[in-house]
Amino acid sequence: MAILDILKLPDPALKQLSEPVSEFDDELLAFIADLEETRLNGPAAVGIAAPQVGYARRIVIIDCSTTRKPVPNHGHLVLVNPEITHWEGYEPGREGCLSVPDYTGNVIRATRIHLVAQDPHGSPLEFDMEGYEARAAQHEIDHLDGMLFVDRVVSRRADLFKRKVYQKGGKRKN
Amino acid sequence: MSDNWYMLTLIGEDKPGIVAAITRSLFDLGLNLGETSMLRLGGNFTIMMMVSGIHEEQALRAQLRPVIEAQGMCLHIDPIRAQLHEHVLPNIQVTVSGADRAGIVAQVTGALAACGFNILDLESDVAGSADEPVYIMQIAGVADVSVESIEAALDPLRRDGVDVNVSAIETYIG
Repeated sequence: MAILDILKLPDPALKQLSEPVSEFDDELLAFIADLEETRLNGPAAVGIAAPQVGYARRIVIIDCSTTRKPVPNHGHLVLVNPEITHWEGYEPGREGCLSVPDYTGNVIRATRIHLVAQDPHGSPLEFDMEGYEARAAQHEIDHLDGMLFVDRVVSRRADLFKRKVYQKGGKRKN
Repeated sequence: MSDNWYMLTLIGEDKPGIVAAITRSLFDLGLNLGETSMLRLGGNFTIMMMVSGIHEEQALRAQLRPVIEAQGMCLHIDPIRAQLHEHVLPNIQVTVSGADRAGIVAQVTGALAACGFNILDLESDVAGSADEPVYIMQIAGVADVSVESIEAALDPLRRDGVDVNVSAIETYIG
């Protein structure tokens, strides 16, 4: 196992489109172990994507089970070739990134998604995610498409009133 | 010679091209920008920006005079200590809205200060119409106390008809 170097903005490799994984072999498992060790190293990262360590393959790890206040989540997830097949709602929330140190901003993400992926052995996975975990998946899958959250940051002035309307109109009725 | 840091405060009637003209002059004078806030407030364009350079305060003021006058701005200069790359993450946000009346900001921020809440960012706006103005405020900050205790501290305002929303900010890092 090894801690890998995190690429930082403005490294052009962060803007690359990552390729799907087709070989589910020991090499993949070894890489995933290194990626996880890298995620856990240093400032607490909830998620990480392979291109952040310079490996342009469609692999992400997220773990939303350790937030200060518990949120709906599916625990520790390694998602290979993840794909969002359904989006619903939108909500701003604050994000930061290992690849963009000392900067956070508000990003609007879908509140509910349906996601299909494969596990590290190639078996199919399927999840309905909401809120913070849905945000995590969207942030990490963006990395696979060469997109950073700084490309999506919106001003608080523009977004928070919308959030309030959204909460009154939908979320609180649930 | 080491660089000096200044906070420049500039205010003038809003029109297109102010930022371009001011920042071009700063660049031509060999000054660098740090963090800035540039915002239209009630028809005025306001700029606060950290700038660094070898310039002494008086020389800087003299060198900026032509562009300041051409843009019809007022300039204020303060020497500062620059703390870059030390952003503090907000953990609580408060949004407030209600019919505009004297004292809303003082009441809200007074209650927050009593909780030890440190404001990192506050934006407020007067919306609605001249006949029925509405005050809207968004505050992000850091506090060691719970969302519930801040809610309780702001409760008296709710009884006065002000809509107050307190929520934890769980910053996603990935």
